[in-house]
Amino acid sequence: MAHGPSQNFFSRWLFSTNHKDIGTLYLWFSFAMFLLGGFFAMVIRAELFQPGMQLIKPEFFVQMTTMHGLVMVFGAIMPAFVGLANWMIPMMIGAPDMALPRMNNLSFWILPFAFTILTSTLFMEGGGPNFGWTFYAPLSTTYAPDTVNYFIFGVHMMGASSIMGSINIIATVMNMRAPGMTYMKMPLFVWTWVITAFLLVAVMPVLAGAVTMMLMDINFGTSFFDAAGGGDPVLFQHVFWFFGHPEVYIIILPAFGVVSQIIPTFSRKPLFGYSSMVYATASIAFLSFIVWAHHMFTVGMPIAGELYFMYATMLIAVPTGVKVFNWITTMYKGALTFETPMLFSIAFVILFTFGGFTGMMLSIAAADTQYHDTYFVVAHFHYVMVAGAVFSGTAAVYYWLPKWCGRMYDETMGKVQFWIAFIAFNITFMPQHFLGLAGMPRRYSDYGLQFTDWNMVSSIGAFLYGGAQLLFLYNVIRTIGWGKPIDDPQVWEGAEGLEWTVPTPAPFHTFSTPPVVK
Amino acid sequence: MMKRAKALFLGLLRPSSLLLAGSVSAESVTRQLNMPRGVTEVSQAAYDIHMIMIWICTVIGVLVLGFMFYVMFAHRKSKGVTAANFHENLVVEVLWTVIPALILIVMAVPATTALLKVYDTENPDIDIKVTGYQWKWQYEYIGEGVKFMSELRTSQDEIYGRAPKGEHYLREVTQPLVIPTNKKVRFLITGNDVIHSWWVPDFGVKRDAVPGLFTAAWAKTDQPGTYVGECTELCGLGHAFMPVVVEVKEEAEYEAWLAGKKEEAAIYASTIGKQWTFDELMVKGEQVYGRSCAGCHQVNGEGITGVFPALKDSPIALGPAEGHIAILIDGVAGSAMQSFAEQLSEVEIAAVVHYERNAWGNDVGDIVQPINVLNFKQSQ
Repeated sequence: MAHGPSQNFFSRWLFSTNHKDIGTLYLWFSFAMFLLGGFFAMVIRAELFQPGMQLIKPEFFVQMTTMHGLVMVFGAIMPAFVGLANWMIPMMIGAPDMALPRMNNLSFWILPFAFTILTSTLFMEGGGPNFGWTFYAPLSTTYAPDTVNYFIFGVHMMGASSIMGSINIIATVMNMRAPGMTYMKMPLFVWTWVITAFLLVAVMPVLAGAVTMMLMDINFGTSFFDAAGGGDPVLFQHVFWFFGHPEVYIIILPAFGVVSQIIPTFSRKPLFGYSSMVYATASIAFLSFIVWAHHMFTVGMPIAGELYFMYATMLIAVPTGVKVFNWITTMYKGALTFETPMLFSIAFVILFTFGGFTGMMLSIAAADTQYHDTYFVVAHFHYVMVAGAVFSGTAAVYYWLPKWCGRMYDETMGKVQFWIAFIAFNITFMPQHFLGLAGMPRRYSDYGLQFTDWNMVSSIGAFLYGGAQLLFLYNVIRTIGWGKPIDDPQVWEGAEGLEWTVPTPAPFHTFSTPPVVK
Repeated sequence: MMKRAKALFLGLLRPSSLLLAGSVSAESVTRQLNMPRGVTEVSQAAYDIHMIMIWICTVIGVLVLGFMFYVMFAHRKSKGVTAANFHENLVVEVLWTVIPALILIVMAVPATTALLKVYDTENPDIDIKVTGYQWKWQYEYIGEGVKFMSELRTSQDEIYGRAPKGEHYLREVTQPLVIPTNKKVRFLITGNDVIHSWWVPDFGVKRDAVPGLFTAAWAKTDQPGTYVGECTELCGLGHAFMPVVVEVKEEAEYEAWLAGKKEEAAIYASTIGKQWTFDELMVKGEQVYGRSCAGCHQVNGEGITGVFPALKDSPIALGPAEGHIAILIDGVAGSAMQSFAEQLSEVEIAAVVHYERNAWGNDVGDIVQPINVLNFKQSQ
């Protein structure tokens, strides 16, 4: 009989090599970062509630926008999906654990240190990073505070953690599938994660290269991005977005995977178009490498480059459309029920589609001249990042939490949280489309009087949305501590897959002998 | 009453840009939800393709999500349905791959035409160099010898709530850019320090102002008026405080304005030799400091610890005037302190140096004259 977790709190959590414990660590860490990044967002929205500088100074405002972006992207969303991958991939492919358990421990424990280094700069002389999460040079090099070196070090550590996590996932999926679990039988969540992991391994070193060049420019007298020394600030943007565009798919692909697990369950019907889903995911991943400069339509590229990046970007609509059609057709002629995970997944489909539409509008270079760097863009990427990644992450937690802890969450409270989150999200971000079209640029600490009304609406929505997250936290803690115990391995009536064949709650070790998949 | 109702009705029908074009009223733009159609060929092309896209997306969205809502309503378990078991259908899967691809190809045609307009910068009538500084714009009429800075006119008191906000809050500048109607004006855009971006929504012009790089954009309009835009690339803490204001004037009016500007420059040149008194320089210096220096070094001269050094009690401000002038003329390499030689006139540099040496308890007591600054420049 396999032994259980260490009874000593410190040795259990610090030295753990168990995929479930490490998954739990990732998820709690990412939720903590989500609250921190959310707090920064609240500061931003409070300041923008009305015109004029009320609460904070412009220099702190830009630090808040920067830290909000960095913490949410690298601290909240990415680790959340790595946590889900840790918990679910071994259970979905019938493996006893991840392929590289010690590296798994290391890749997690780097993160708290990386974020301590990053956020500690807020308390240092000179303040935190103040150049936006895209840290364009030379604002982030020649004109940056000295603390930028901490930022660079922090980014290196996050990159190392991500690369290790990705290698682990690739190694696990390639080597540890149960007998009979061929690639084209893997659950879609596993597929989307494998593709994501390849993206990460490919682009994280590019990010590391970008920040290393910054480090050289700042401290060692090189001029990669300094025009005065023969360098080119636009080079930075090319390097950054060569990382940055795949990065946004790194965030959204696992979300696609989650939704592709949940919708069939609550439709009680197999996923429609499984193989086209796999091909669509792979196409999106490929396209993500060849469209980066659509973030730079106003930088003054030659028209040939502009046309190419416009056409290539428009192409992404095709595989993305295939996914949306597949999800809806999965629901068609099913027997639908609307538990909390399903509600979040359906909201994901609706809001992600909406964000996809604004994405298509943004791909049209001539119109992007007007949209670029306005609140229209802010609204667009929050529709895909928040309604995409955060909604699907929430759905995933509600969906798998009963399996993890053997207790059922409070369905009513889950639904209440959903409706508050859904309505508040739209109150927050829908008006930002109007603000952007009417001419309000992003990263503005203050604005003209004509933007007041919609900013107030947006701020009220943001506070409400923030409140919904506390309800989520409460519901999760309440479930783990006092939820109604359940022992049905299946949990959900329509659930399919190996993870639903192990007992509930999932024991510390699962699949010590591999199952056979027919 | 009828007249008012009619005006309101017409107001609703008119694109919001026309409201903007006349006297800018904060009231009239409050409810703006959509992109302005603008007053140039480029902005109208952008608006048109924007509307095409909105309609295409609306139709697709209504069809796709409408179908989903139908499914959510009709195929609920609570209605006693049993789930079907199909999971693929080659025909529909091919169709919903090919049809969107065809729609995209159709859309690519107007998208390309519109983009060609944006890039049609050849054969201009007037060239204007636009340079982004932290945090103001410089406009230079190439070949005319006219060059000036355009800075935010809204006071710090309005920004920090110590005074009521005016109607044009954050939409007013010291000197707007002036261009004539019916002339093709080309903007050659660059940055001095960090990257900025020069945006005038009603012209459909948004181009990044990148140090070391010139990018071009153009505008030609027959509608006189005042057009307000913004800086749209994060450029530091003053990012929100460097608006773009362009006045389009009839050609004769423009020529008169340009002649006036040239004359102004000539008169100004003659003041360089004048001997200024201590108090005159303090008054002038305080104005210049408030506009060009207080953003970093703060109104009280104490700077921001660790980022922007204090000028109060600083060895440079208390040391020889030569060294102090040199910092303004040359900047400090590798730091945010840029050269002000091109941004400020000799009179302004003299005044602000003088002010910094004699304000906030600094008490050097000497007088820095514009001629000293000119001599320093010429000795380099």
